[in-house]
Amino acid sequence: MQRIHKGEDAAGETETRLRSLLLQGLAGDEAAYRQFLQATAAHLRAFLRRRLARWPDEVEDLVQESLLAIHNQRLTYDTQSPLTAWVYAIAKYKLIDWLRRHARREMLNDPFEDEHELFSTTDGDAREARRDLGKVLELLPEQQRAAIVHTKVDGWSVRETALALNISEASVKVAVHRGLKALAAKLRNES
Amino acid sequence: MNTDDLINMLASGDTRPPPRRLAHLVAPVALGVLASFALMALFLGVRPNLLRELAMPAFWTKFVFTLALARIGWLATARLSSPGRRAGLVPVLLALPLVAIWSIAAVSLLTAAPGTRDALFWGQTWRVCPFLIAGLSIPVFIGILRAMRELAPTRLRLAGAAAGLTAGATAAAVYCLHCPEMGAPFVGFWYVLGMVAPAAVGALIGPRALRW
Repeated sequence: MQRIHKGEDAAGETETRLRSLLLQGLAGDEAAYRQFLQATAAHLRAFLRRRLARWPDEVEDLVQESLLAIHNQRLTYDTQSPLTAWVYAIAKYKLIDWLRRHARREMLNDPFEDEHELFSTTDGDAREARRDLGKVLELLPEQQRAAIVHTKVDGWSVRETALALNISEASVKVAVHRGLKALAAKLRNES
Repeated sequence: MNTDDLINMLASGDTRPPPRRLAHLVAPVALGVLASFALMALFLGVRPNLLRELAMPAFWTKFVFTLALARIGWLATARLSSPGRRAGLVPVLLALPLVAIWSIAAVSLLTAAPGTRDALFWGQTWRVCPFLIAGLSIPVFIGILRAMRELAPTRLRLAGAAAGLTAGATAAAVYCLHCPEMGAPFVGFWYVLGMVAPAAVGALIGPRALRW
């Protein structure tokens, strides 16, 4: 009994702390918001790792997906209701969404994937992977490409990029995240 | 991109949430209701003796029944549109209008003269009533789904069903202005059928239509 109470207390403390960080963040406090996201990321990682034991490589991807969703949907958080329930609902939604997509992909692709993999993964790949990054960037949708080039190569801030591309800051952030992910996938496939 | 970079990116710039775009939520639903009303007025027509019927309790029974379901459906839809909101009393509230109409229907069947009971249940339009309600619900349904896509529903099947039910109940309220039937047993079955149909469609398409 003692231990159960202790666990509940810890969860209650986390709820209180994260909630106040988020509320400060929503009021415009960047540092508090960053702390909120960092602490939430750690909880999400533990939560998702337990449920994705078979796919450990996907955990970090889903942590990021969930963080992005939390950020984009921060308007839907009702400040009167528990934060835990809100974060949990989003993480669970992203998890189920991924499992559903994964199951579909698996059904379509899996029979062929294994034999291709045998001959496609050699040490020679490393050389070929160093292909011209610019060429691969060309493959991305214009907005994602521009967002990545401005923020990662030109060193512009998110706000400057948003102004230049005439889109919202949130869209820039999403475009960079999606673009880098697509880029990684493309590089993996090409090599 | 590693997670720390992502966090730094998300936490830079304005961390305040963007203002709620109310127009994006209200406009599609309002348009849907207007379209539903226009379809009813153009193709079915408002009852010519509607003014006289406004004095009849039977008219108000069905009208209030549909409006109550629409209002509560609206509440359920709003709750299901944000992550982690509790259902609370909504399922109970949802059952109230149904229990009420079925009670009234039971009383009217029990007190009716033996030969008139069939007419109370079947009316004259049972063949078309559920289809017309379901048909009128389509524009409202599309509007609600549009509005929901601005938000973040996480239980997509349930959210779709709630959207369908709300659209069905709203369409039924619109249909009241045309419908010649006055029997509570008729309303309690055929109207409900016309609302359940879009709810079932909503449960079916929810996972695809509301994905974000």
